[in-house]
Amino acid sequence: MADVDYQSLVMPYRRSADQDRPEPARHPVVVVGAGPVGLTMAIDLAQRGVAVVVLDDDDRLSTGSRAICFSKRALEIWDRLGCGRRMADKGVRWNTGRVFFGDDEIYNFDLLPEAGHGFPAFVNLQQYYAEGYLLERTEDFPGIEIRWRNKVTGILPAADGAQLTIDTPDGSYDLDADWVIAADGSRSPLRAMMGLEAKGRVFRDRFLIADVRMTADFPSERWFWFDPPFHRNQSVLLHRQPDDVWRIDFQLGWDADPIAERQPERVLPRVRALLGPDAQFDLEWCSVYTFACQRMERFCHGRVVFVGDAAHGVSPFGARGANSGVQDVDNLGWKLALVLEGRAPESLIDSYGAEREYAADENILNSTRSTDFITPKSQMSRVFRDAVLDLARDCGFARRLVNSGRLSVPATLHGSSLNTPDIDAFAGAMVPGAVCADAPVIRDGRRGWFLENLGAGFTLLCFGEGPGDAVVVGRDLIDAEGLLARRYDARPGTCYLIRPDQHVAARWRRHDADLVAAAIDRAMGKPA
Amino acid sequence: MMLNTEPNLAAPDDFYEALIEMHRDLTPEESAAVNARLILLLANHIGDTEVLMQAMQRARAG
Repeated sequence: MADVDYQSLVMPYRRSADQDRPEPARHPVVVVGAGPVGLTMAIDLAQRGVAVVVLDDDDRLSTGSRAICFSKRALEIWDRLGCGRRMADKGVRWNTGRVFFGDDEIYNFDLLPEAGHGFPAFVNLQQYYAEGYLLERTEDFPGIEIRWRNKVTGILPAADGAQLTIDTPDGSYDLDADWVIAADGSRSPLRAMMGLEAKGRVFRDRFLIADVRMTADFPSERWFWFDPPFHRNQSVLLHRQPDDVWRIDFQLGWDADPIAERQPERVLPRVRALLGPDAQFDLEWCSVYTFACQRMERFCHGRVVFVGDAAHGVSPFGARGANSGVQDVDNLGWKLALVLEGRAPESLIDSYGAEREYAADENILNSTRSTDFITPKSQMSRVFRDAVLDLARDCGFARRLVNSGRLSVPATLHGSSLNTPDIDAFAGAMVPGAVCADAPVIRDGRRGWFLENLGAGFTLLCFGEGPGDAVVVGRDLIDAEGLLARRYDARPGTCYLIRPDQHVAARWRRHDADLVAAAIDRAMGKPA
Repeated sequence: MMLNTEPNLAAPDDFYEALIEMHRDLTPEESAAVNARLILLLANHIGDTEVLMQAMQRARAG
């Protein structure tokens, strides 16, 4: 199937019956923002049987490639939601990274991703493809209604929900929602309307993104230059995207004029200096951006819950923006569904805040460290940065200090109130709060992946033997390469309780139905 | 492990002479780069985070 030109799609505004009602209509969940995070939220809830109204102030998907690195965890979440495989297949995979300093390549590395996972460490994919595929997936669910050109202009929070005032081409109307999910981006109008802020560190630097289309014989590698001859005293990143589009990121410094720098007559010479005088290319898109590492103090404000960039912001180094937003939604979806069904107390939503605020701090820490390395902000910081790069030519230890963005990996939710602490001894990474590791398995004679076997609700994973409703390795699944047992430090009798968002809730060396039931209650936020 | 601030250099005068010699004929910028590389090399050799943190605090305190 040929790909749609998602950037040129215009989604029609349609008048909703809600606009003609004498009293505001009431919906269980209204998601504000139809970006990658808002669309993912809608699919997760709809897949759990919750009807969702999505409001977006625009009528288009992402203009320009924007977020381009999607991590393994985001792909796994999207696979659970029915569209991860398509993204992985379209995306560009790469393993080799090259680091240049001044005139020279100082070293290269192979990511050597661990084998035996259903998805690669990450793929490069333009945001408009991610959004386009998500949008097409929403069409599979009659419970999702997206209202384009519906701009929220007011919010009135209440104990049992919030009233939204919405501006449309036909005038404004009001809507009541039991829950409002704010996925309206880093400048979140909802956040401002509620008098809330995201606080943190603003970096005094500007970057130019230039996407160029060319049929050059650059390999599918990530090239990162510190202080290259064609762009002195700044950094440059070259990354490949699908459709022969290349992302080039130029650090410009704080004094750069953001308007002038995005004009083609300024951009083209920069690109030509990198690619050489004979390169044939077309400029697809360019943008000048700044960024801040910041977050809201709390993500939950009664019945209004903030997700994605609205809740937290990071630098682009390390691909922790959209990826962490998708993980927010992964965390929130099942909790909201349980609360709406009356099966879990409303306080379960507070655990979304606690867990994802913790994850946001980890992402901010990592992205701040990368930023400080790439764009040193003091003379001595620059001296040490350059010393690391000098030594990295032939000292292995210094290569470990080079930080042009650390791989985005999901946070392990240590200390979450939903975790049941271990009472048995275990080794390895699958501690309570960890995201479940994948592994190759065989089910019904077919090769597949472990994560595909986790259900929409809680899953009890047992090794060797277990109750009828558990996923039992040896009965329901074959551990094709022994990796599942190794990654979960499993012995016969070991069992894991896995949350609907594929995080470990509890684990034991032998099955005990009472302990499992207590751990499920705990993970659903029920009082002990 | 604790940062050792007791005498530990086998030949202190030789070390000090070599340290100054390392900077001979360098501009202040070049010297700063050499010092930074030296700190990184030594830090990696020591390896112990706790010792390094104590050393940084001691150095900063003056």
